Amino acid sequence: MKRSFKTRYAALLVAASAIAALAGCATQPSATPVADNPPSTPQAEAAAAKAPTATHISSSNGVHEYKLDNGMKIIVKEDHRAPVVVAQIWYKVGSSYEHGGITGVSHVLEHMMFKGTEKHGPNEFSRIIAANGGRENAFTGQDYTAYFQQLEKSRLAISFELEADRMRNLLLDPEEMKKEVQVVMEERRMRTEDKPQSLTYEQFNAAAFVNSPYHNPIIGWMDDLASLTIDDLQQWYRHWYAPNNATLVVAGDVDPQAVVELALKYYGPVEPREVPAVKPQREIEQRGIRRITVKAPAQLPTLFMGYKTPVVKTATADWEPYAIDMLAGVLDGGDSARFTRNLIRGQQIAASVGAGYDLYSRLGGMLVINGTPSKDVSVAKLEQAIRAEIERLKTELVSQDELDRIKAQVVASKVYEKDSIFYQAMQIGTLETVGLDWRLMDEYVDRLKAVTPEQIREVANKYLDEDRLTVAVLQPLPMNANPPAAHGGNHAH
Amino acid sequence: MRTKFLVLILALFGSAAALAGPQIQHWTTANGARVYFVPAPELPMIDLRVIFDAGAARDGSDGGVALLTNALLAEGAGGMDANTIAERFESVGARFSSSAHRDMATVGLRSLSDPAYLEPALATLVAILTRPEFPRDAFKRERNRMLIGLQQRKQSPGAIADEAFYKAVFGDHPYAGQPSGSEETVKALTPDKLRAFYQRYYVGRNAVVAIVGDLDRAAAEALAERIIGQLPAGEPAPQLPLVKALAGPETVSIEHPSMQTHILVGAPGMTRDDPDYFPLYVGNHILGGSGLVARLSNEIREKRGLAYSAYSYFRPMRRKGPYTLGAQTRNESAAETLAVMREVLATFVTEGPSEEELEAAKKNITGGFPLRISSNKKIIDYIGMIGFYSLPLDYLDTFNAKVQAVTVADVKDAFQRRVHPDSMVTVLVGGEGRAGD
Repeated sequence: MKRSFKTRYAALLVAASAIAALAGCATQPSATPVADNPPSTPQAEAAAAKAPTATHISSSNGVHEYKLDNGMKIIVKEDHRAPVVVAQIWYKVGSSYEHGGITGVSHVLEHMMFKGTEKHGPNEFSRIIAANGGRENAFTGQDYTAYFQQLEKSRLAISFELEADRMRNLLLDPEEMKKEVQVVMEERRMRTEDKPQSLTYEQFNAAAFVNSPYHNPIIGWMDDLASLTIDDLQQWYRHWYAPNNATLVVAGDVDPQAVVELALKYYGPVEPREVPAVKPQREIEQRGIRRITVKAPAQLPTLFMGYKTPVVKTATADWEPYAIDMLAGVLDGGDSARFTRNLIRGQQIAASVGAGYDLYSRLGGMLVINGTPSKDVSVAKLEQAIRAEIERLKTELVSQDELDRIKAQVVASKVYEKDSIFYQAMQIGTLETVGLDWRLMDEYVDRLKAVTPEQIREVANKYLDEDRLTVAVLQPLPMNANPPAAHGGNHAH
Repeated sequence: MRTKFLVLILALFGSAAALAGPQIQHWTTANGARVYFVPAPELPMIDLRVIFDAGAARDGSDGGVALLTNALLAEGAGGMDANTIAERFESVGARFSSSAHRDMATVGLRSLSDPAYLEPALATLVAILTRPEFPRDAFKRERNRMLIGLQQRKQSPGAIADEAFYKAVFGDHPYAGQPSGSEETVKALTPDKLRAFYQRYYVGRNAVVAIVGDLDRAAAEALAERIIGQLPAGEPAPQLPLVKALAGPETVSIEHPSMQTHILVGAPGMTRDDPDYFPLYVGNHILGGSGLVARLSNEIREKRGLAYSAYSYFRPMRRKGPYTLGAQTRNESAAETLAVMREVLATFVTEGPSEEELEAAKKNITGGFPLRISSNKKIIDYIGMIGFYSLPLDYLDTFNAKVQAVTVADVKDAFQRRVHPDSMVTVLVGGEGRAGD
C-alpha cells in the first residue's frame, strides 16, 4: 500500500484491455498530434500503383527506424536473449481525441477490432494468435490506442497479416456492437462505479481539467456509452485507422531488414488516408484552488491533490519536466523518500501516500498526489501534512544525498528495464505516439542527472502553487446505503 | 475463413517443436537450504529470491502473523531502522521486495551485478534475513496499516467474495483464512508472536533460494551461503493437513451496495505435484483458462455481453488449492450469468472437450513455450516454484511433451473424477437481485 502510487495510478488511467487482465501493460497515458506524417494524396495514388517501398531513417543502439511510403513508421528494437518477438501497433488516437457525447468511442472501437473483418470472423483474430502460441491484447489510453502480440519469433508474419487486415477491413456489425457495449459497461462498473477510489479519481480529473480533453475518462461516461452508435464507430475507424497514423514497434530476436520486408508485404499495400487535424485544446489557466467532494459507500476516505504542470511536449523550458519528475522522486521515489519517511513512518499521518507524474503526455498534465489517512486522522490533516512537504520543497534545497539516491535508482532501472522487451517496446511506442522522438528515452537518465536542487526549488515555486491545485476527497457513506441508481446506465438496452 | 485459419497454422507451426528450458543448477547449503540457479550473463544484473514455507497456512490461530512477520523484516534489522534500510538499498539502485501468500513467504532482491552496487545491497539483505528486530514502534505502525487494509477490503465486492469463497471451500483447513487475517486476530498480534514465528520458520531447512543473473556457479554458491548461511538449520515446516472434499453444495449470498454482483463458483482443486495436473490444466485452458477464446468467456462475454471477464482457473498449491470459476455482472443479470456458468461447466464435465478444441489448446500452450522463459524475471518465477514444490529439475524440459500427451479421454476422465458441479461453493456479492433465487 505504501509503495509507489504509480502502479495504481497507471492502472486507473489505462482502462482498456480487450481481455481481462492487463497487468503489467499499464503505463503512462499519452497521445499525439497528427501533423507527424501528413499524407499527400497524389503520392498515395502513385504509391498504390507500384510496389511499396520502405526508407531507412536511422539506426542507433540496436534500434532501427524506417518509414513505408504509405507513411507508416516502423521501429525495430533488436534483443536476441530469447527466441521471441513482440509486435505492437500504435494508433494516434485515444480518449483525448474525443469530443463530448462520444466519450469512450476509442476504447469501444478497440474492443470491436476483435470482432472480425471480411476475411476473419468475430474473435478469429484471437483464435489464430492462440493457435500459434501467442499472447495478445490491446489497450487504450488518453493519447493512444495500441494492439500487441507476443509470439515465438518465426510467427511474426501472422501478427502482420492480421493487423494489416483489420487496419483497413474491419466489419462493424451492429449486433456485435450492441453486445460489446454491454461488455464495456460491465468493465466500467467493475473498474469505476464499484470502486469508490476510482470514482473519485474520475471526478477529480473532470474537475481539474475544464476544456482539455483529459477532462473525460478513457472508458467514457456511462451515458455516452449507452448512446454510442455504429456510425460513431464507423466514423472513428475511418478517421484514425490508417498506416500514416500508425507506428509499428517490433522488439525481440529479429533481423531488422527481414522485419521491414515482412512489413512491406503486409502493411505496404494499405493506402494512406487523410487524418483529421487535431485541435490544440490547451487547458485554460487555472485561477484558484478547486475542491470537490465525492460521496459514495466506502470504508475509508481518500484524498487526491493535483497541481497543473507542463510536460516534455508542452514545456517552454525543456529542463522543467525533468525537474518535476525529480521532485516527484524526492517525495515518493522509494521507501526512503519523504512521503514514506515522514508521513507514513515519522508522523504516521498516512496509511498510504504517493505521487505520480507522467512527463510524456500529449497535453499539459498534473503532478498527482493520492493518500489515505491513518486511523483517526482526518483527511484535512493529511492534506496539511502533504502541503507542508510541498512548502518545504519551495524553501529548502533538496539534499545531495536524496538526489543521489533517486539518480541511483533511475540508472539501475535502465538496466532492469532491459529484462522486458515488452516494456522497451512500450516506451518507444508511447513516445512516438505522443509526437516525441523515441530517442528521448535514451536521454532520460542524463536529463534527470542534470537536475539541480535549485531547479527543483524553482519548479516547486512555479507550479506547486495553490492556485493551480485541485483537491478531491472521497467522503464515505455507510455501506448499507442504497446503491446509487442500481440499474443506472442500462436503460438504453 | 476456416481454411485460412488452418493454412496459417500449418505454415508456421512446427518450427518451435522441441525447446528445452534453462539449465537449472541445484545444490544444498550447509544449513540445509535448497538452492536453484540459472546463470544469465546477458544483462549486468542479479535477481535473487529466498522462499520460506512460512505463508499464511502457518498462521494457526494468529491470523495475519505470517504476513506481518514478513512485512516487518525490513522495518528494523542489524541495528538499522526502516529508513536506513531503505536508504541503503535505494542508494545503490537495488530493489528489495517481500510478500507472503498462503504457501510461501518470500524475500527478494534485484540488483546490479557490479560489486560496488551489489555488495552493500547484499549486506543489507543479510541483516534483514538473519537479524530482524521487530521494533515495537514499527510493529504498531504496520499493524495499524494492516487494519486499514482490512477495512479497505470491506469496500471491495471482489475482496469480500474472495474471502467468503476461501472460507466456504476450505472450512477448517489452514487455507481458509486470508493472509491479512481478521481485525480480531491482527489486533491480538504482538512483536513476540512475530519473533517466535520468525525463529520457527525462517530457517535453512525451511528455505529455498533462487538465483538468476550475471554470475557463475562459484559466485552463486558463495552468494547463497552468504545470504542464508547464518540462519540456523532448524526444521522444515510440518506437513499441512489434507484438504477435505466438500460435503455438498453451498451458496453464500452477501449484500453489498455495488452495481455488479461478483460471482465465484468452485471447490478444492489440485496440488502442484498432482498426478492429474496436465489433463486438468489443459482441460481448464479450454473451459475458462485461455481468455477470450475459452468456452466460459465465449458464452458469457462474447455471445451474451454479460460480463467483462469470465474465467476459470486451478490454483495449484502444496495441498489442493481452489478451483475457481468467476465473473462479474450487473446485479439484474446475476442469475442468468450464474446459470450459464453452471451449464458450461456441467456440459464440459459430462462431454469433455472436442478433438479440435484440444488441438487448439495444445498449440497455444506448447507454441507459447518460449514466452514462458523469455526474461530473468520469468525464469526466477519458475525456478522458485520448482524449488519450493520440489518439482523435478526437468519440469520445463518435459512440459510440452506432457501437454502433448493429454487426450480428450484424459481430460474427460480427470474432470469427471475431480470436478463435481453438483457439489460446489457458490458465492454472490452484490446489490439487489444478485441471488436470483
